[in-house]
Amino acid sequence: MLTISDMVRVLNARVLRGGDKLDTPVYTACCSDLMSDVLAFVDEKTVLITGLTNPHVIRTSEMLDLKCLVFVRGKVPTDDILDSAEEQGLVVITTKLTAFSACGLLYDLGLRGVPVPNAWDTEDK
Amino acid sequence: MEELFRITYPVKAADYVTAGQASTDIKRKLKQLGVGGDVLRRVAVASYEVELNLVIHYLGGELCLTVFEDAVQLVSSDVGPGIADLSMAMREGFSTANEEARSLGFGAGMGLPNMKRNADEFDIQSEVGKGTTITMRFRLS
Repeated sequence: MLTISDMVRVLNARVLRGGDKLDTPVYTACCSDLMSDVLAFVDEKTVLITGLTNPHVIRTSEMLDLKCLVFVRGKVPTDDILDSAEEQGLVVITTKLTAFSACGLLYDLGLRGVPVPNAWDTEDK
Repeated sequence: MEELFRITYPVKAADYVTAGQASTDIKRKLKQLGVGGDVLRRVAVASYEVELNLVIHYLGGELCLTVFEDAVQLVSSDVGPGIADLSMAMREGFSTANEEARSLGFGAGMGLPNMKRNADEFDIQSEVGKGTTITMRFRLS
């Protein structure tokens, strides 16, 4: 079973918040800088890999009950943003890798993409 | 149907910093009232989308949450500008969001279709110059 601490290891990441929850199991992930798409396509409690560090990343995570946020390209949000992440129980880590490399390593580790049930059926409803 | 709870949040236009606070509060309140799981997530997503729409597109308005015994209702009403072409606005990928909204990760043209997808009942009424009212209902099983 993979956990957030496995992700921290392969990404050589720094844990910014939620260090007490690193044993949380993880199965899937998604990667996007477009919160509109995250809100539209993510249906499960998953991991979000992003380079965007504004408060809406945290709010999007809260609405979707995400488990872990991975900031890439060495990005670190401001303390008030991190505090609101901590308040909702989110694990936040940052890696110096690019999104592409981080995703590759996590896929190699065994994480898979979230299913996208809404991708083709939206015109019909 | 008996109304258990009602709260109205004013939403300011173009206030990108606080955008989402009403939805955060709505989610927490519903959780306290015992709403959970899939319904809570769908209400939260739709609420956040509609709140962002108020901030990004409209001239301000309000978001009203009503909890009934068997359903949760969200009503967003604004004072304009109104939507000229509703069928275009409902189309995925169509967006008139400005650069500021896009820089925050929004404006992909997913908002209205995503609200419709998450709600059990979705209704939108709009008149140019008057405003838009969006009503969404979520059944509590």
